[in-house]
Amino acid sequence: MSLRTPLGRARGLGSAKDGTHHWWVMRLSSIALVPLMLWLIFSLATLAGAGYEATLAWAAEPLNTVLLILGVGVMFHHIQMGLQTVIEDYVHSEGKKFTVLIAMTFLAWLLAIIGIVAILRIAFGS
Amino acid sequence: MAQFVLPINSRIKKGKTFKAEGATNVKRFNIYRWDPDSGENPRIDTYEVDLDTCGPMVLDAVIKIKDEMDSTLSFRRSCREGICGSCAMNIDGTNTLACTKAIDEIKGDVNIYPLPHMKVVKDLIPEMTHFYAQYASIKPWIQTQTPPPPDSERLQSKEERARLDGLYECILCACCSTSCPSYWWNGDRYLGPAILLQAYRWIADSRDEATGERLDALEDPFKLYRCHTIMNCTRTCPKGLNPAKAIAEIKQLMVIRR
Repeated sequence: MSLRTPLGRARGLGSAKDGTHHWWVMRLSSIALVPLMLWLIFSLATLAGAGYEATLAWAAEPLNTVLLILGVGVMFHHIQMGLQTVIEDYVHSEGKKFTVLIAMTFLAWLLAIIGIVAILRIAFGS
Repeated sequence: MAQFVLPINSRIKKGKTFKAEGATNVKRFNIYRWDPDSGENPRIDTYEVDLDTCGPMVLDAVIKIKDEMDSTLSFRRSCREGICGSCAMNIDGTNTLACTKAIDEIKGDVNIYPLPHMKVVKDLIPEMTHFYAQYASIKPWIQTQTPPPPDSERLQSKEERARLDGLYECILCACCSTSCPSYWWNGDRYLGPAILLQAYRWIADSRDEATGERLDALEDPFKLYRCHTIMNCTRTCPKGLNPAKAIAEIKQLMVIRR
């Protein structure tokens, strides 16, 4: 039971003075992903049936390497921020919320770096 | 987690049926009933209303039911002309004002529930305390440092006044906020479309001098940014306003002032 006034409850902990950056970066990353994904889908379509060696060679071309790394980085950043919103929307117990948020963020970084390292290894032929 | 299933004591049972004896032009009204004193689950009572002896609006029928068929039915109403916002309820699946919703717009039975995801005081009466407290929290009054001119009002150009159109008409009926899934899941912290539209009404007011402080108070992942442009607010507004646009204007100002 709480005898706190309704206004006190509505004000809560006040404004976090935050959220605009998150909102703006979500918009920017969505815009960036449109050409990146179109380029990726178009490139993969033209590579259909090209075989393993040809695909590796395609990924090792400097422009393609740069765009692939950019795509993986922007995409995982976008996924991480989007999932953060979903978790904040639906997970209401504070403890569980922070656990899930931290696990999700770590996983997003891990997967992004795995992807980027894989692309670099192809590009520099190890 | 957000709850997607009603708790056992909130599940709705079938209630009584009130017949309209000898009537030829009958419409069935299925109305949510819950009495906190009975200890029973909510139920749906069905009322057969004789439309030949009833006014054209849903509120006319609900008042007729209370007057002539079942005086225990509880609901809020006052102005009966869409300006007080008291009779906001969920009619035919959409939040609207019973007094401005015509019965003949609804095909088949008329289903009436209280505003969604609010605590129910009784029958169609939702608990509005937190909603009003959130309204108070945005300081819905003019804030200035400059004293008013000694012998006149604070002036505003016609263009400046025009910026309040589509905002000042809001009657705080809460149809929009209670139609918003984000407000359902996070209404304790998210201000919701109605309160954000009201906040923007003061941000957009050329006479107000606290725009920065108002934006400061809103810049929060929950207070403002739980809005995911679902747009239920704009679809449901019985006054034809656009709360989603007002929220978008606030977000735009947040980016501009960075």
